[in-house]
Amino acid sequence: MIAAVAAGILLAGLTLYAALGGADFGGGLWDLLAGGYQRGRAPRQLIDDTITPVWEANHVWLIFVLVIFWTAFPPAFAAVMTAAALPLWLAAFGIVLRGSGFAFRKEVEALHWQRLFGAAFAFSSLIVPFFMGTVIGAIASGRVPANPAHTDLAVWTGPTSLLIGALFVAVCAYLAAVFLTQEASRRGDDRLRRYFARRAAISGAISGALSLATLLEVRSSNPALFHGLTHRALPLVIVAAACGLAVVALLATGRSRGLRAVSVLGVTAVVFGWGVAQYPALLPGTGLTLTSGSAPHPILVTVVVVFVAAIALVVPSFLLLFSLHGRQLLEAEKHAEKG
Amino acid sequence: MHAMQVLAVAAGHQVVPARAQMATTLGFHIILACFGIAFPTIVLAAEFRGLSHSDDVAMLLARRWSQVMGVLVAVGAVTGTVLSFEMGLLWPGLMRTYGAVLGVPFGFEGIFFFLEAIFTGIYLYGWQRLPGWAHFWTGIPIALTGLGGAVAVMAANSWMNEPGGFTLSHGRVVAVNPWRVFFNRATLYETPHMILAAYMVVGFMVAAVYAAGILKGHRDRYHRLGFGIPFTIGAILTPIQIFIGDTAARAIASQQPVKFAAIEYVTRTGRGVPEYLGGFYVNGHVYFGLPIPDADSLLVGFSPHTRVIGLDSVAPADRPPALTLIHLCFDAMVGLAFLLLLAGLWALWMRRRRHALPTQSWFWWLAVLCGPAALVAMECGWIVTEVGRQPWVVYQLMTTFQAATTNGGVIDTLTAVIVVYAVLGVATVIILRMLARRWRQGSQTEPEAGVPYGPPAEHREPTSREPT
Repeated sequence: MIAAVAAGILLAGLTLYAALGGADFGGGLWDLLAGGYQRGRAPRQLIDDTITPVWEANHVWLIFVLVIFWTAFPPAFAAVMTAAALPLWLAAFGIVLRGSGFAFRKEVEALHWQRLFGAAFAFSSLIVPFFMGTVIGAIASGRVPANPAHTDLAVWTGPTSLLIGALFVAVCAYLAAVFLTQEASRRGDDRLRRYFARRAAISGAISGALSLATLLEVRSSNPALFHGLTHRALPLVIVAAACGLAVVALLATGRSRGLRAVSVLGVTAVVFGWGVAQYPALLPGTGLTLTSGSAPHPILVTVVVVFVAAIALVVPSFLLLFSLHGRQLLEAEKHAEKG
Repeated sequence: MHAMQVLAVAAGHQVVPARAQMATTLGFHIILACFGIAFPTIVLAAEFRGLSHSDDVAMLLARRWSQVMGVLVAVGAVTGTVLSFEMGLLWPGLMRTYGAVLGVPFGFEGIFFFLEAIFTGIYLYGWQRLPGWAHFWTGIPIALTGLGGAVAVMAANSWMNEPGGFTLSHGRVVAVNPWRVFFNRATLYETPHMILAAYMVVGFMVAAVYAAGILKGHRDRYHRLGFGIPFTIGAILTPIQIFIGDTAARAIASQQPVKFAAIEYVTRTGRGVPEYLGGFYVNGHVYFGLPIPDADSLLVGFSPHTRVIGLDSVAPADRPPALTLIHLCFDAMVGLAFLLLLAGLWALWMRRRRHALPTQSWFWWLAVLCGPAALVAMECGWIVTEVGRQPWVVYQLMTTFQAATTNGGVIDTLTAVIVVYAVLGVATVIILRMLARRWRQGSQTEPEAGVPYGPPAEHREPTSREPT
């Protein structure tokens, strides 16, 4: 059924945004927590090097997700945008601050300006994942009505929403730390590798704890979702847990190869686990399902065509970008004088 | 509907602040979008010259412009994201009914945006390590996808003017022909009009920066080339743009006659309609306008007997608001286009006569003025097409009132947007001026190397990871 395929595409976009864009947000978090100038200098430099040429491309996954959402499931999109307007506005403002703060910081010379723009970049890296998480929580906990007239605090400030908001922040930090561990290891910088491996383990543990807490909370507040997670989606939940444990084991043994892949697989399992558990409800608690809430057939076909075209064109380009970046052929220049 | 809107506003309905917010964010983003569409081509033109002629000055310009491009692309990426959010946050009524239709062009736009962002990452940061021509070729996809993205977004906007390619049943879209959505009747003239506008805005604005330098006495080759490349591109496109704009106006006269009537102050349908230059429209009367007899009929159908449809063809509620604004913006756009044409012809004439750029400071003052003139003309054009479509968001199918959010508090987000975008705009300009000052001083010192939160430079100790 093509509506399910479109939903799968939406989840795939969400996964890619979480894995790639999420890691960039996490980089901002570690930038925020890197401490004073002496201690924070080397990690900040690595974060900066890693994010600079790729964050805009990674960010496009968000646009992609929004467009697929409104194209394939217009009534659900309108409902979410109305009922959860406030956290979405805050996330949008956070995105503006983060992107411009990051870009401006590179170009300014005076230290106090660098600090100001750096703070905007780092702080907004915290609030964007949090508010996006509360919106996902609002949908998952069935608090988004099908025809909301107004936004409502109760929609996105339930315990599930707040837990998922916190979980998003922790997972972004975890992904970034894992990516940065692997990057430091590839550059042969053992001090930084240990620095980020420690942080990856801590944020991984926090993510695991928050996941368990969310699961327990959902068990009492949202039996339908819990049932889905522990039955139909159980294999995916097990994969997610296994990936988390595997990353911890890899970190403990000091190995870096495959870290990134395993952590991304874990995130994929979580996102699709949610989708499978909730299937076929689009907005749980309302009558809106994949069948009743989807766009007409030719539009869903167009969504699939766009996705296939995007994969065919975008994936090779991404691979080129990542491979050039991985071979350190891309670096920011401060001045054009050397030309 | 009009009385209903007034009542609704009194009751706290959000259509007016929502329109103001959309206008603010779109009016801001469109400037950056112009740079996204057209700047890569201009940078590549300089790099091409640099590589093919071993021209160090052109190469230096290309590298500096590309640094400016990096800042503008980043700001454009985030302000563009805000617009994607606003489609749902401000206009849920539009998306609920027509989201599936609008998704067709925006889906393709997503692909173009992806490729643009990826190759921008490669191009901007590949200057130091990628070999010359390889680096040049990584920029070509940016220029092409910028065009593709513009085509897709303009398809969406022109669909709102000329909706088609779908079937409605009980207020729901039940069938869609994606091809006809994308290539609707207005795409054909709206798209080239905007793409040329983008090239003119960027061309004349970049040229204005170097014209200002020349006025200050920097008549070196760096400034002449920095002026010449973008100005040539803008000047060549100006007459083409005037032709396309004229075609578009005629198409609007037949496809959206009420918008055309608002543009030209056509109160009553008739023949021998005069064209007003300037003037204010109050209660069906034009004050202080200069009427040119029969000119409007002539422009629409090449004959003074051409019948032009007036505002009286529809009920007052279905006419656009703020007719004076629409008309004066249209006049400003056309007037400024002819100013740009004049500047281009002047430069061409001097070049043919003396094989050099003009020396009169009058010309350089005009060239500086051309930058903001192109920008204002482009913004005026958007005001004409968007305000002129009111009260419809999807022409003759859905009113903006029906599309707007029912959430309260748009006034608050509008206020926040105005404050944030004002700061963002000022910060962007300050950063670009700072870059320019640094280049002028030929400073060889690195900025404090992208490492924030550190103490001032004099307290710095040497470290092993000094960035290059």
